[in-house]
Amino acid sequence: MGALTLSKVTKSFGTTDVIKGVDLRVEDGEFCVFVGPSGCGKSTLLRMIAGLEDVTGGDVAIDGVRINDLAPAKREISMVFQSYALYPHLTVRDNMGLALKQAGVPKAEIQAATDKAAAMLSLGPLMARRPAELSGGQRQRVAIGRAIVRRPKLFLFDEPLSNLDAALRVQTRIEIARLHRDLGATMIYVTHDQVEAMTLADKIVVLRAGRVEQVGRPMDLYNDPDNTFVAGFIGSPQMNFLKAGALGLRSDTLGIRPEHLEISRASGLIAGRVSHVEKLGGETLVYVNTDTQGLLTVRLFGEHDFAVEEAVHLTPDQARAFHFDAAGLRIRG
Amino acid sequence: MSQARRSIARSIAAHGVLILWTVIALFPVFVTVVNSFKSRKAIFAEPLALPGPESFDLVGYATVLKQGDFFQYFLNSMTVTVGSLFFVLLFGAMAAFALSEYRFRGNGLMGLYLALGIMIPIRLGTVAILQLMVASGLVNTLTALVLVYTAQGLPLAVFILSEFMRNVSADLKNAGRIDGLSEYTIFFKLVLPLVRPAMATVAVFTLIPIWNDLWFPLILAPSEATKTITLGSQVFIGQFVTNWNAVLAALSLAIVPVLILYLIFSRQLIRGITAGAVK
Repeated sequence: MGALTLSKVTKSFGTTDVIKGVDLRVEDGEFCVFVGPSGCGKSTLLRMIAGLEDVTGGDVAIDGVRINDLAPAKREISMVFQSYALYPHLTVRDNMGLALKQAGVPKAEIQAATDKAAAMLSLGPLMARRPAELSGGQRQRVAIGRAIVRRPKLFLFDEPLSNLDAALRVQTRIEIARLHRDLGATMIYVTHDQVEAMTLADKIVVLRAGRVEQVGRPMDLYNDPDNTFVAGFIGSPQMNFLKAGALGLRSDTLGIRPEHLEISRASGLIAGRVSHVEKLGGETLVYVNTDTQGLLTVRLFGEHDFAVEEAVHLTPDQARAFHFDAAGLRIRG
Repeated sequence: MSQARRSIARSIAAHGVLILWTVIALFPVFVTVVNSFKSRKAIFAEPLALPGPESFDLVGYATVLKQGDFFQYFLNSMTVTVGSLFFVLLFGAMAAFALSEYRFRGNGLMGLYLALGIMIPIRLGTVAILQLMVASGLVNTLTALVLVYTAQGLPLAVFILSEFMRNVSADLKNAGRIDGLSEYTIFFKLVLPLVRPAMATVAVFTLIPIWNDLWFPLILAPSEATKTITLGSQVFIGQFVTNWNAVLAALSLAIVPVLILYLIFSRQLIRGITAGAVK
């Protein structure tokens, strides 16, 4: 109930190709996150799955049934938007029940379905209010509730947390994860925030310029990236890329995560000066201006004291480093 | 401190300019209404004086109500104005929705074509319109006027409304599509309420020229049964003698309905703004 297959899907606006052939399979019950920089086509791809954009080429199928030409309402999907998109003239209850009402479901059943969804999201006391009387976080919970009520085969989320403040974002993120566990439904989630992708996904799809760069479980992408783009996009702070030639290595680029760079006041491979220090309590980020490799980031756990302009030496942990060729592709083994 | 004082001075200046403009704009209306309550002699003796115990005279209103079918003229004007307004808003909003919402070949050209009417006065086509109305047997009917005014009002309506509709959240419309609402429901239930301030603006801009128009009623529907109020008032203006009492009274009366319509729309306008779109 709810496996999605994309085969050779393309999308063009006039002569501009936005999606350049995407093949993907999302299993039933999987939480799949599309992630990528803005303009990579992730939202367009989601809207094509929803039926809000035509598919230029290729096939979109849910449970093996081709749905390219099916109207959005007939696809048994529901969608949560970044801007909530609640109907301003309807109460919370009517907002949540509208899809069922349009489908001709009896009133008592709609009432039961909305009550159940309201209980899951603790929306009970808000049911009689209108969207204008709710806070941002409440509105997004109503939008999620509206999606649940339909019992769709597929949940689509279009950057649902981008309009919320930081604290609410974490809270709602946890709520969405809990919801996925409770419902066991297939969910597709679009975001440009790699933290959301890492924390929510069973499967991450990294997109760039309308192409899939890599698909995999969050830790697979983190520990085993295919190319410099994925390596740089997943993980915060960003991976450091070193010119391998200057270190006497055969590959073109050496990728090393900030936590795998060793910093020492006495000696090391790369000399530099501290340019900035960020203390976050649990960890300390040291930005080092090196003579040969530009600005590098070092992540230390716990509190450490480094002064700006202090001379330091960095040594990459060769065992944890990634090697890339001139085209940015990973050299394995 | 100097910042605060300067802004007070600036706001006094702004209010001064606005008040001056209001006085200039309202002066003719004031003179018309005041003189409509005076005797003929008083009008010419002291045009700017308020009606006193001696000069107060309702003869103008008495003439207007006795003469001809003034109530009928009012009704005609109302029918034409409200009818045209309804069609301008309905068709204008629908065209604007199509232009702003759907991608189709020639979308931009179509929008330009529809907006072109703002720059070309419809009166240039009077002869052709008259021939058309004669051919279709619509001369001396209110239908003729409604059709012409609808055509006259549409370009501005399409232009303004399509700009506003572009700003209505695409997510909201898409949410409606996913929930199975028809395009008509999306248009009438979701989009129209959100562009209500724009609708009120268009309504006011459309309404006033139609109500005040003398040209098309005179050419297309001059019969007694279809006369509008502006045309009806002309009977008091003769080549040699003008019954100023009656003209002024008729014009004062003609202000009332348009004022009521304006108040209705401007309240809508304020409500539309204060209700606030949910984003």
